[in-house]
Amino acid sequence: MRYRAFAILGGAVALAACSATSDGKPASASDASAAKADAPYPSTYSAYPGAPTALIGATIYDGAGGQIDGGVVLFSDGKITEIGDANLAIPEGYSRIDGTGKFVTPGIIDIHSHLGNYPSPSVQAHSDGNEATSPTTPEVWAEHSVWPQDPGFSRAMANGGITSLQILPGSANLMGGRTATLKNVPSRTVQGMKFPGAPYGMKMACGENPKRVYGGRGRMPSTRMGNFAVNRQTWLDAKVYADGDRKKRDLAKETLAGVLDGDILIHNHCYRADEMALVMDMAKEFGYKVSAFHHAVESYKIGDLLKENEVCSAIWADWYGFKMESYDGIPENAALLQKAGACVVIHSDDDNGIQRLNQEAAKAQAAGARMGINIPDAEVISWLTLNAAKAMGIDAMTGSLTAGKMADVVLWNGDPLSVYSRPEKVWVDGALLFDSGDPKRRPVSDFELGQPGEGDVK
Amino acid sequence: MKRTLIFAAAASALAFAASASAQNFVIVNGTVATGDGSDPIEGGMVEVKDGKIAYVGPERAFETTTVYDVAGKWVTPGIFAAATDIGLADVGGVSESNDSSANGSPYNAALDISTAINPSSQHIAVSRAGGVTRATVTGSPGRSIFAGQGATIDLGADGQPITVAKSFQLVALGEAGARLAGGSRVASQAELRNALREAAAFAAGTWEGGEAILTRADAEALVAVTSGKQKLYVHVERAQDIRGALGLKREFPKLDMVLLSVSEGWLVADEIAASGVPVIADPLDDLPSSFEQLAATQSNVGRMFAAGVKVAIGGIDTFNQPRNLTQYAGNLVALQKVPRASGLSWGQAFAAITSVPAEISGMGGKAGVLTAGAFGDVVIWDGDPLELSSEPVTVYIDGVEQPLDNHQTRLRDRYRDLNESDLPKAYDW
Repeated sequence: MRYRAFAILGGAVALAACSATSDGKPASASDASAAKADAPYPSTYSAYPGAPTALIGATIYDGAGGQIDGGVVLFSDGKITEIGDANLAIPEGYSRIDGTGKFVTPGIIDIHSHLGNYPSPSVQAHSDGNEATSPTTPEVWAEHSVWPQDPGFSRAMANGGITSLQILPGSANLMGGRTATLKNVPSRTVQGMKFPGAPYGMKMACGENPKRVYGGRGRMPSTRMGNFAVNRQTWLDAKVYADGDRKKRDLAKETLAGVLDGDILIHNHCYRADEMALVMDMAKEFGYKVSAFHHAVESYKIGDLLKENEVCSAIWADWYGFKMESYDGIPENAALLQKAGACVVIHSDDDNGIQRLNQEAAKAQAAGARMGINIPDAEVISWLTLNAAKAMGIDAMTGSLTAGKMADVVLWNGDPLSVYSRPEKVWVDGALLFDSGDPKRRPVSDFELGQPGEGDVK
Repeated sequence: MKRTLIFAAAASALAFAASASAQNFVIVNGTVATGDGSDPIEGGMVEVKDGKIAYVGPERAFETTTVYDVAGKWVTPGIFAAATDIGLADVGGVSESNDSSANGSPYNAALDISTAINPSSQHIAVSRAGGVTRATVTGSPGRSIFAGQGATIDLGADGQPITVAKSFQLVALGEAGARLAGGSRVASQAELRNALREAAAFAAGTWEGGEAILTRADAEALVAVTSGKQKLYVHVERAQDIRGALGLKREFPKLDMVLLSVSEGWLVADEIAASGVPVIADPLDDLPSSFEQLAATQSNVGRMFAAGVKVAIGGIDTFNQPRNLTQYAGNLVALQKVPRASGLSWGQAFAAITSVPAEISGMGGKAGVLTAGAFGDVVIWDGDPLELSSEPVTVYIDGVEQPLDNHQTRLRDRYRDLNESDLPKAYDW
């Protein structure tokens, strides 16, 4: 994983980051493809109990670009029932929470996380994110690596308001395997976290990482042209399989066929603009679609192309300069993309960054404002809610405060785009799973029990 | 009262190109945060003369005709980034450009970071544009637990980055030190004690090179540590390792120690406070990232502060970016609103990235603070410097206005639009 804190801890810096992409077709639990994607390790998640709740008086960012000052959010039976202004009638039986001076957003969604497959403590025995034994491993599934006891899940909820997240394989491989979309609920099993009806993604990586990992072993690919050659041959072989009767099961090709069928969304780690353009052509060559480029630090150079191809860019606010392909990263990336009409998603790829996606978005917004690109607060919030959900194919179910969607809701103790604010309460499917005012309404993983710091505010 | 001499030098006038030499000037009408831990004050005056701060306080008579009226803006000392690696690498992952460690060198403690600092590094330029004006820079240990001698630098664009060379030595204990020393904490303790004894012998003229483990250069370099003339930064995380580090002072009483990182510092905050040893902490670690950080919490800094420990926020490398120290400090202010968490007041948090790291570095009263006699390192911000929406408008180092453009700003300007109808983007510069 990435290198953090003091340089003396060692130089794993260039190994950072993986990625994925997606863009999105809405999926729902009733989609045949989604149901297929769920087998054979189906989600056993079901919503925890919640009370019919009315959040009153707060500033609402609905996640879809809308803002209501002093509004009302109603949810019941795990779903958003209605949102509106102060005149919205509150049905009987709803418990009222005064949000005056506070803010409400949809649950925050991180499209790019390694919680669970690079969990804390980050010891070698926990390094389950890269099956770095072959340049293409579409047969591996991230969910088989996720450790549900990773203490990082609770920090992401308590400090970042994260209610859904996508766990990706790492970026050692050109094709790293299937992603796992999770609800951020504590669970004994990964199936208990799996987002019901979420489509699978497949992680791809271009650029420096695959060529370094395999070139370093004296095998292909050792160059960017090698990356493409291996990818193209793999897609060619997959098309033969996909066009056949598919009776002889091949786990790798089942994933690739799922991509070609449009059921599995491509999340492509790719930094450089020129390389993203090549990947979009490769996708056309083989008949698939890139849902999102992740770590796309140079997207601002090709906002027009990304818009035209309807590909999202999942990006950090300001990371740059830690590897050659990140050298041209600039804080204005998100704003320039938004101005070009392309889809922006703010992602973390980091167990600390996932706790502050709201702050990263605010920095990206501010960088835009300083160059004259003014993006309303409510639209900025969509970068970490609805846009992420679209790119992950779950926007019909979550990502905005829309009647009928999951009641994934965060009440912030101040403006979420201010450094001085934190989540006060977090609901997942209408169940109150974090309450900063209640010491016991905070998950403590098995790993932390009996250890120094157990149950601390963190 | 020469207030009437003020020419209308609002924001636009501050965009003048940097002059090569220090100016004498006065800033009035801003929100002034001096960096000393106090809350910001409205409408203060800052006078800079001959590259130094001449006066800070309520507006008073002054001589100069160069007056900046910064109504609505904030005036602060520059950010002091403690224990960074800026200037040591252009790209961390490109080893050719990276001078932060020397795994193949026979030398360790003797390594002198000041010989490698590149003031033209984009990380320096980007940090400067983020309001960082001074820093301590450390390398990473290569083959021994000693990283070598760090430097105190300024981020000015004058090609003269070194404020103080060899200002501290860094040693890694805990898990990192254990791995470097041969596999366990036991080995790192043996390596440390042997090195300090050899240095003492070197100072006494009894060091025997043929029998020694250290190179002559390393033994010589560590004399400054054992004699207390050079600070020893000790990287340590676990509560018990912190106790162990503090115990070194009993064995080697002259050590001038600084603790670095200290994720579990809050568990032994009283012991640290009693020792008088200051701390540079990575403020937002709240995960059990290793078995020596099980108790990590964002309340670590606040709890140590409350116990009386002198705490700076630092240890932010180029990946995490020194320009984000303001965001880190703001997060500690945010904790004041979180039940059961321990945060800092605005003034305390700002001091933790200005005057306190400067004091720990040995630059107390000179850097990281707006006080008479201090370096003329002044930053004018377009809003609360800890808030995400704010950025520096003007940065002075030693009274010299600094350029704020860099590779990033040039890319931003080139790609403001994607129009290539006349010529490729390569002609847009």
